[in-house]
Amino acid sequence: MTAARRRRAAGPLFVAPFLALFLLLFLAPLGYAAYLSLFQDRLIGGNVFVGLDNYTQALRDPQLLHGVGRVALFFVIQVPLMLLLALLFALALDSGLLRLARVIRLGIFVPYAVPSVVAALMWGYLYGPDFGPFAQLSRDLGLPAPDFLSDGRLLGSLANIVTWEFVGYNMIILYAALRTIPQELYEAAAMDGAGAWRIAWSVKLPALRPALLLTLLFSVIGSFQLFNEPNLLMKIAPDVISSSYTANLYAYSLAFTGQQVNYAATVSFLLGLVIVIASYAVLLTANRRRTP
Amino acid sequence: MPYFASASSPSPMSRRLFLSTTGALSLGAALTACGGGDSGGSPAAAEPVAQADIDKAMTTPTELTFWTWVPNIAKEVALFEKKYPAVKVKVVNAGQGTPEYTKLRTALKAGSGAPDLVQIEYQAIPTFTITGSLLDLRPYGASALKSTFVDWTWSQVSGPDGEIWAIPQDTGPMGMLYRKDIFDRHGIEVPGTWDEFAAAARKLHKADPDAYLTNLAANQVAAWHGLLWQAGAKPYATSGKSEITISVDDAVSRKLGAYWGGLAKEGVIGVEPDFTDSWYAALNKGKYATWITAAWGPVFLSGSAKATSGKWRAAPLPQWDAAKPSSGNWGGSTTAVIRSTKNPVAAAVFAQFLNSDPASAKMFATEQFFFPATKALLTDAAFVADAPPFYGGQKVNQVFADISSTVNSSFQWPPFLDQAATDWTETVGKSLADRTDTIRALGSWQSRMTTYAKNQGFTVKGS
Repeated sequence: MTAARRRRAAGPLFVAPFLALFLLLFLAPLGYAAYLSLFQDRLIGGNVFVGLDNYTQALRDPQLLHGVGRVALFFVIQVPLMLLLALLFALALDSGLLRLARVIRLGIFVPYAVPSVVAALMWGYLYGPDFGPFAQLSRDLGLPAPDFLSDGRLLGSLANIVTWEFVGYNMIILYAALRTIPQELYEAAAMDGAGAWRIAWSVKLPALRPALLLTLLFSVIGSFQLFNEPNLLMKIAPDVISSSYTANLYAYSLAFTGQQVNYAATVSFLLGLVIVIASYAVLLTANRRRTP
Repeated sequence: MPYFASASSPSPMSRRLFLSTTGALSLGAALTACGGGDSGGSPAAAEPVAQADIDKAMTTPTELTFWTWVPNIAKEVALFEKKYPAVKVKVVNAGQGTPEYTKLRTALKAGSGAPDLVQIEYQAIPTFTITGSLLDLRPYGASALKSTFVDWTWSQVSGPDGEIWAIPQDTGPMGMLYRKDIFDRHGIEVPGTWDEFAAAARKLHKADPDAYLTNLAANQVAAWHGLLWQAGAKPYATSGKSEITISVDDAVSRKLGAYWGGLAKEGVIGVEPDFTDSWYAALNKGKYATWITAAWGPVFLSGSAKATSGKWRAAPLPQWDAAKPSSGNWGGSTTAVIRSTKNPVAAAVFAQFLNSDPASAKMFATEQFFFPATKALLTDAAFVADAPPFYGGQKVNQVFADISSTVNSSFQWPPFLDQAATDWTETVGKSLADRTDTIRALGSWQSRMTTYAKNQGFTVKGS
């Protein structure tokens, strides 16, 4: 075997482990879900092939549409807030002006290390209308207790939990990106007379763009998959969080409460499609801005 | 903790066609077999398994897997293993109620990993018989146990053609626990009718705006089903395998809807979710003067509202018709054998022994403080004489034993209970929580379930 041929043979070998796992853990379940979504397994009458019936039903299903609409709203409000906070923290840490920078960095990151189940339970307690600390405090002050779990506020309360959990994670990504900016750039900017703010705006931010895009993509996916937090808060606010509060929760309830595995597969498949489209839209707009 | 979270349970249905049982202790007759065809409720009654085959099965080394959430059930299991040393029972806690059913359903669908036996609440039985997942216990002598158990429990575990799908373990006839001190302070009599109860609710809340007579949890379909049961409603009825009647919006339901929805709208009762931290705190600090609950409630409450010891008493539910006292049931469970078991004889014998052997049944009442399902225990002097200090020395078990005999025996459950429960929470429960029109919500509940049932291939007859 010549060296060139050997090199050519090595390529596939290197990607083989990835491809195998990709096939097994990603494409195979996806294919299976697609297959399932073409059937209907009824309690009476058994399993029948129904073609695209499940899809036409899903596209007209108000519960699904509301769920998707709700996470879209969540995404539009929560994600910019969270990323802005993460960006501010990253810039502050990177500026080197903070005292106790290590402690602060760890402090902001720690919530990410808390499992989301624990986080939701903890916040559920904090939000409690009878005994939660916020309610107690306002009662001590003679004010009415804020109801964080009411119809109008719940989405905001959820956004708060998710932000608390993921600010640190996104901050670390942005902070790491900041550390890779070559020192010479700063020196050059300083020579040109740029102050700290100017450097942040004109040097750091443009350099952060790929990292910001990455965090944004993760957030798109995370938002549309919202599940743990509403699922846990459901126990303390069952009248506000319905089984179709988010699209992901709906798919779960369909499969495990309603025994409609096939329809759940359809909903999951469509949800995946929505995520792909949303991610692509994000990439597209970001790229367009970069190449004027 | 007893059974609350999930919903409710099974079918009275005609008990005709009971096999005449062979002899007293008869554990059966001819034919081994895993009973009948393969979809639930095959009408032809399987032939009894011969005693010789049972004896053989019980002396062959066997291991049974048993899913249950009963704490320390190993003690009861030990009694069984002592009598049948060849059979070992592996106890697995697969979660309580809905989580267990979800796992079971997944295992059944996957075709492997299902246990031999499973603890199942009355209300979930039809959900599993519709998929043909339970074994008819008649061939193994279960019919002989009919008179051992309280009448209404037996109709709950029986199928329309006399099948016996499970053996009762414990029950939850509904009653009312109340705070004697709060009643006394406000001069409230123990209400005997629902009208008196409503008047008391208004009176108490007016006198003390921080207190409510009771809380009707907006997430607790099981309580709603229990109250429907008491009122004599027939929300679900099945005939044949694929025909179902759904009438959760009929006259009786509307009466209940107007009553509870009205009290909620007036703001004189609480509507917060139950079994939450907030709810426990409310019971401890006297926000609610009564808890409408089941026979497992007294022990449960004495563990979770310790601060209020001595202040509580028990009474029957208020009545719609004081001349004809009746009650419903909330909770309680049974032991069922999964049809796919490889050891049907041993499993069926275990299910029966566990719940009907006097020593084992008594142990449930004294170790786990379960409210008994056997007639013998409900009249057992030692059981009914118990007078816990938490209830000021009142004989609470006696109160609930008396209630048990007033539970209507014709209540049936739908074959898709989880869906019914979710739909209730999102329609009727939500209307209570939001203090909006409960009657209209009953209509939404009816139509959501009807749509679901039709999509699942049922022929639906509605109200």
